[in-house]
Amino acid sequence: MEKIRVVKRGSPSAKKIFLVSFLSLLGALAVASLIFFLYGVNPFQAYARLIGGSLGSPYSIGETLRRAIPLLLVGTGLTLAFRGSFWNIGAEGQLLLGAMAAAGVALFSRLPSPLLLPAMFLGGFFAGALWALLPALLKSKLGVNEVITTLMLNYVAMNLILYLVQGPWRGTQKWGFPYTDDIPPAARLDTIGETSVHWPTLILGLCLALLIYWVLHHTTYGFEIRVLGENPEAGHFAGMSPVKTTALVALVSGGLAGLAGVGEVAGVHHMLRNPGQISLGYGYTAIIVAWLARRNPLATVLTALFFGAILTGGDALKISLGLPFQVVDVLNGLILFFLIGGELLLEYGLEWGTEGERR
Amino acid sequence: MILSWIAAALSRMVSYGTPLLLGTLGEIYAERSGVLNLGVEGMMILGAVSAFATAYTTGNPWLALLAAAAAGGLSSLIHGFFSISLRANQVISGLALTMFGLGLSGLFGKGFAGLPLDNPLPKVTVPLLAEVPLLGTALFQDKSPLIYLGILLTPVLWFLLFRTSLGVNIRSVGENPAAADAAGLNVWRIRYGCVFFGGVMAGLAGGFLSVAYRPAWTQGMTSGMGWIVVALTIFASWNPTRGLFGAYFFGLLFYLSYRLQPWLAPEILQMAPYLGAVLALVLINLFQKRKGGPEALMEPYKRGEK
Repeated sequence: MEKIRVVKRGSPSAKKIFLVSFLSLLGALAVASLIFFLYGVNPFQAYARLIGGSLGSPYSIGETLRRAIPLLLVGTGLTLAFRGSFWNIGAEGQLLLGAMAAAGVALFSRLPSPLLLPAMFLGGFFAGALWALLPALLKSKLGVNEVITTLMLNYVAMNLILYLVQGPWRGTQKWGFPYTDDIPPAARLDTIGETSVHWPTLILGLCLALLIYWVLHHTTYGFEIRVLGENPEAGHFAGMSPVKTTALVALVSGGLAGLAGVGEVAGVHHMLRNPGQISLGYGYTAIIVAWLARRNPLATVLTALFFGAILTGGDALKISLGLPFQVVDVLNGLILFFLIGGELLLEYGLEWGTEGERR
Repeated sequence: MILSWIAAALSRMVSYGTPLLLGTLGEIYAERSGVLNLGVEGMMILGAVSAFATAYTTGNPWLALLAAAAAGGLSSLIHGFFSISLRANQVISGLALTMFGLGLSGLFGKGFAGLPLDNPLPKVTVPLLAEVPLLGTALFQDKSPLIYLGILLTPVLWFLLFRTSLGVNIRSVGENPAAADAAGLNVWRIRYGCVFFGGVMAGLAGGFLSVAYRPAWTQGMTSGMGWIVVALTIFASWNPTRGLFGAYFFGLLFYLSYRLQPWLAPEILQMAPYLGAVLALVLINLFQKRKGGPEALMEPYKRGEK
């Protein structure tokens, strides 16, 4: 009897990884088109609008790029964290803390203009890094699961920002809206032409992706992170310090999320406002960015662009086909499901034939 | 004056605490069997939208609860499929379920947003008990039947988990699936059963929100309650009775965050459940000589490995 069976394989080739990732995406989009159809929208039309709305004009390309910037920064940090087996689900909160620090420095520090932006980036990095350091210390010192602590701190961060913009930091020139005042012009990032692509953050993200790739694959630090991530006992036996490594990957991934928050404040909003407006769930979407990149920092450049396009295309679907923006969550959820499903294919692979036939 | 204030506080406490309690009871069972389900928020909101749509189109709020339970249960099976059958990462699969649920409910709930519901779940007064001054009036007068369901289910689920062989089986599958398997238990079936039960309870919690608590459908109306449930499950150290106290405690905090608004920003008190969960985890790990929670939590099981 012919049967599909699951066979364990060695480590998969790059070509196969690419193929399986591509098939996973295709599968997710196929299920999504079924949902579009049930909703009464022609799936082909929906995908045409999604592509047109995210890549069809200079404006939409700009919007895609500006959403890709935080995804690139956060996603790159997460590849490092996931490689080091630090399951950081708290990038959303770390990003918000970075945004908070940036707005705080810009509004209240009274630093001379040229120092303002560097201080904001530095402050944002450290705010995000420290927000991630607490779960890292709890993990390595007490064995507290970091998935839950990083996740919970997201909601603490959200409430903290809400408190600030509705209370002590509420602007005097905002007619009662829960916004801070605008940050001074010297604290704003330059953008490309008429778009809102704050290019300094984009360059920063690209450089950091390269740097982290290099550290991960060409330095002893990177070697330790990879060993401890894949086989903590072996790493420990070889004299590596899990405490130090966990703290390091937490600091860097939190810091990068913090930088993304700085970019949103200094490059896009020019103020601190509701958490839901500062971040369109970038911290969560970046988990998929890192996963689709298969924890490779360089590949996040591509996957961040892809999800930037989906977020932008979601806006286009909302305007032109009347679909709610949540359609993006449907796509994101499905893609994530198919990606982890596809991993089984990579790890094991399907073969035709009954067991024992080939042995 | 003070007494009526306390009565109002208690009454709001159980109302707001009930969806948290229902969700937590379900998640406790899922996690006790070794499966962390971070999809509670997604299952809850799918329950809420299904319940509202059913109540609105059929006019029957009881049928709506059934729809909520079915929506929660069916969506939990997606997580079951990926995390139990495919042995995928439970964290990622749960997150995917939350994203998917929030998205799907937004899509199919769009037509129901802002509509009034003429036939919400009727309120029930328990005879005799409601006559008890203060506590009786606060807890048993004009309350949703789901509030009573939560109160009744708590001791039943506690008994089932800690005093019956089914409970022993569930816990041993969550602590050491290989040993449970060797002892002849069907790990696969027990885990699927617990995850499904968790989904049903999360769905009911969502149904409570949209056809009883505030009979209406709004986008994203669960507003992070699913994550409080995840926090509460830890806060209650995976024990149904402590789950009840925890859920009501956070229900009270939520009420207080509105009442104390002139003196204290509501956001500060609303941080409490999340900080509480972190603190609970720290305490569990400090004072117990074992990892917090079921030993095999988040570990997929495959026969013949380890």
